[in-house]
Amino acid sequence: MRGWSTIANRVHHTEYTAVLPKATTLNKINIDHVVIRLAGDSGDGMQLAGNRLTHEVALAGNEFSILPNYPAEIRAPQGTVAGVSSYQIHFADFHTFTPGDTLDVLVVMNPAALKANIGDLEDGGLLICDADEFTSRSLSKAGYASDPLTDGSLERFQLFALPLTKRTTEAAAPFGLSRKDAARTKNFYALGLLSWLYDRPVQPTRDFIEGKFADRESIRDANLAAFNAGYNFGETAELFPNRFSIPSSNPTAGTYRQISGNRAIAWGLMAAAAKAGMQLFLGAYPITPASDVLHYLAAAKSQGVLTFQAEDEIAAAGVALGASFAGCLGATVTSGPGLDLKTETLGLAVMLELPLVVVDVQRGGPSTGLPTKTEQSDLLSAIFGRHGEAPMPVIAPLTPSDCFDATYEAAEMAIKYRTPVMVLSDSYLANGAEPWRIPVLTELPAIEPHFTTAPNGPDGTYLPYLRDENLARAWALPGTDGLQHRVGGLEKGETTGNVSYTPENHEKMTHIRQQKVEKVADDYAPLKVDDPGGRAKVLVLGWGSSYGAIEAAALKLRRKGKDVATLVLRNVFPLPHDLGDILKRYEKVVIPELNLGQLNLLIRSTYLIDTISYHQMRGLPMAQSELAAFLKPIIEEVSK
Amino acid sequence: MSEATDFHGLDHVPHVEKPYQRADFVSNQEVKWCPGCGDYAILSTFQGILPELEIKQENIVIVSGIGCSSRFPYYLDTYGMHTIHGRAPAIASGIAVSRPDLAVWVVTGDGDALSIGGNHLIHALRRNVNITIMLFNNRIYGLTKGQYSPTSELGKVTKSSPKGTVEVPFNAVSLALGAEASFVARTIDSNRAHLTETLTRAVQTPGAALVEIYQNCQIYNTGAFDALKGPEANLIELRHGEPIIFGPDGSLGVVRGKDGSLGVARVTDVGKKKVVVHDAYREDPSLAFELSRLTDIGVLRQATIGVFRDVARPTYDEQVRDQTAGTVSSLDSLQEYITGRDTWTVS
Repeated sequence: MRGWSTIANRVHHTEYTAVLPKATTLNKINIDHVVIRLAGDSGDGMQLAGNRLTHEVALAGNEFSILPNYPAEIRAPQGTVAGVSSYQIHFADFHTFTPGDTLDVLVVMNPAALKANIGDLEDGGLLICDADEFTSRSLSKAGYASDPLTDGSLERFQLFALPLTKRTTEAAAPFGLSRKDAARTKNFYALGLLSWLYDRPVQPTRDFIEGKFADRESIRDANLAAFNAGYNFGETAELFPNRFSIPSSNPTAGTYRQISGNRAIAWGLMAAAAKAGMQLFLGAYPITPASDVLHYLAAAKSQGVLTFQAEDEIAAAGVALGASFAGCLGATVTSGPGLDLKTETLGLAVMLELPLVVVDVQRGGPSTGLPTKTEQSDLLSAIFGRHGEAPMPVIAPLTPSDCFDATYEAAEMAIKYRTPVMVLSDSYLANGAEPWRIPVLTELPAIEPHFTTAPNGPDGTYLPYLRDENLARAWALPGTDGLQHRVGGLEKGETTGNVSYTPENHEKMTHIRQQKVEKVADDYAPLKVDDPGGRAKVLVLGWGSSYGAIEAAALKLRRKGKDVATLVLRNVFPLPHDLGDILKRYEKVVIPELNLGQLNLLIRSTYLIDTISYHQMRGLPMAQSELAAFLKPIIEEVSK
Repeated sequence: MSEATDFHGLDHVPHVEKPYQRADFVSNQEVKWCPGCGDYAILSTFQGILPELEIKQENIVIVSGIGCSSRFPYYLDTYGMHTIHGRAPAIASGIAVSRPDLAVWVVTGDGDALSIGGNHLIHALRRNVNITIMLFNNRIYGLTKGQYSPTSELGKVTKSSPKGTVEVPFNAVSLALGAEASFVARTIDSNRAHLTETLTRAVQTPGAALVEIYQNCQIYNTGAFDALKGPEANLIELRHGEPIIFGPDGSLGVVRGKDGSLGVARVTDVGKKKVVVHDAYREDPSLAFELSRLTDIGVLRQATIGVFRDVARPTYDEQVRDQTAGTVSSLDSLQEYITGRDTWTVS
């Protein structure tokens, strides 16, 4: 949002009690993107306002990424930094890879929100504060010794200290609400102002307010009045020198909605089960940041989904595996500490060769670590974290909406190969959201469970470990006449599945289980390296949710004439067949991760190549500008 | 009794047209328990019960954990799952909740159910999932060769407690009652008739049933239940609606003492009218609990057997299925569901 740089450092701190000047027509400046964050107390309605802004942005045809941020404490004291909730949106006329590292616009509802967020605002950025909340009491609660609105500490920003509470209560005055209730509509006042400033369509928000508060007339009218007042204030106050417009990014035709990573996981599971004609059975134990998947599926009983809130993480995996044995699509969702506990059940699923989808929404570790913060540090645990040789495919979605496809594929793979499959999401994908072109379910790839219903062995016997061309074993469900059999965690005799302690058999079965999982890679689409110029000598290789930051950093570098290639893996285990050849084509391979180099270790040991490991470990999504700064000298070095 | 559920534990399980024989349930696997193990008697009794239930063989699932007793599924020609140490109640819950047409048993031991799997056991009972749990209690770890278990008597000398244990054992029946189990019983491997009757009633009850079976380990804890088997034994057998009389020639009875607690007295001393009458159908589990406490925590010289509690309450499975529409969503319905109302169209 470069338009602001010309008008930086002006401070507007005004009490508009006089009659507002007549509306004037301002220049609209076209910009290509903007990052806005709304921040306030948990009760200030920041999530709702942000959500509606997102909807306006979507209707205007822009691409967007969002990142809501909730306080870790459930009911942190009002007005404290711990209680600040925020909603960040990045929208653009191009594909937004991330919600943005830094902010162009920050709207804060109190001193605590200012304190918690001001560090992310770009110099020269637009800062809108509710001046009414900057009382000496609120300032001291937030830990300010002096008033930042007046002490000069915000001089490098364009500060608009506006009496939002006062304006809002005035607008809402005619509708008979208490002062407190009237003030609660200030989120819509702020939204109205932003809608004006960024030239967003406003009717959908008006319709939304009409619908949401249809049965509470005074609240409806007060919110509408606040929204309109905010919009009109922008138009009439002559406070802002410009308005901005971001042209539509012309996305692919289709019906869209907004989707978060956790919702996409829930729906990916539902879609796969429906396509396979199987009942979905989710076993889960509440854990941040994965619980929403349980909530979404528990709310989907109308779609035949069975959810089981288990007594612990172990049981959550156990009930799901039991349900798989019984013929359901068994799934379990968790985060790091829960994954540790599910490990033994995953080992059993490997031995039983039954489908099971395991979702790990990663968070900062080790131990309890950072429950609400993001990290990519469970990679090696996901791939290798079981005793014995217990291989399992691992898929890492790249974006919030990709969580749908990745989870669907995990289920498809689990059913086809009779294997547990892990989906490695993380807190950033879980809570982040973006536009999602709603898939037409009938067009998704078919999933065929191919249950065995008749004897497959000599003399009418059933051989549960007889394999098909994919090495997938025959799967007969309880209730199938004549195919009674026993499975278990003890080593299986080849084809019969009977307990076997024979040395040769164990060696053979260990190899078969490994080969089966390796075969999964035969189904992958060919890898596509992103190197628009085709001249890059440096490859940035990432995995999972770092996709956005890696692509955004590359975009930034390419705009500066730096050639860089990118490749972000979704299928992290088994590794794609064509990866080895790709790696050999580059002089340098840089591997950025939110861990201390786990993919790096895997790549170096698998392909015996030198690599450069890059990491950030702050519990935050990867900062693209820092990554770009790290890559720049490496690219320059090889270009010499 | 709570709100009556008319449903019987096997109501949804398809019935046979042609009766089975005991031999139909014998698998082709060689039984590998130690000679003289109490598990043989339980297996044989169980194979005798299955034809009598008149349910389809292919609709039977036996789930076990880890331990000697957990080899049980391999010896039965039904569907079976030999799972992970302690986890069988959880895994069986997944099967039972998703498939009402299956009769699901859990086979477990004292270490499996009461130590490593204690959490799963109590929660399966509390939820009242429609499963029947057979807990083989030999008061020792057998498969790992002789360490004390959570039911070993106080002071038990084993390889892992050379100076005697200092742990008070669990009373499995008391624990199950505390976990809100609706059907709780205890029986003994050496009494085939009692074993048959108890296991049959357990599977017919809707919801979770726990049957503790005193079972002799010939190698590491033999004779643990001998004191209960002789003619002089204080084996207190419960029968619903009958006075609780036991001992040689029915000379002893369970009576309520002046302090309100249950105790044992000579019937001739107190008179038959003072003997407590058993009521297994009482919603309130306190009598059942008191009766469970008449079991020694040390070397067993006195123990209560029979059905302690048998009350009907709605099962987890049925209630969850009532909340859930069907089993598989149609693509049309799911398409509408995921689309929702907050959409926009790009043309």
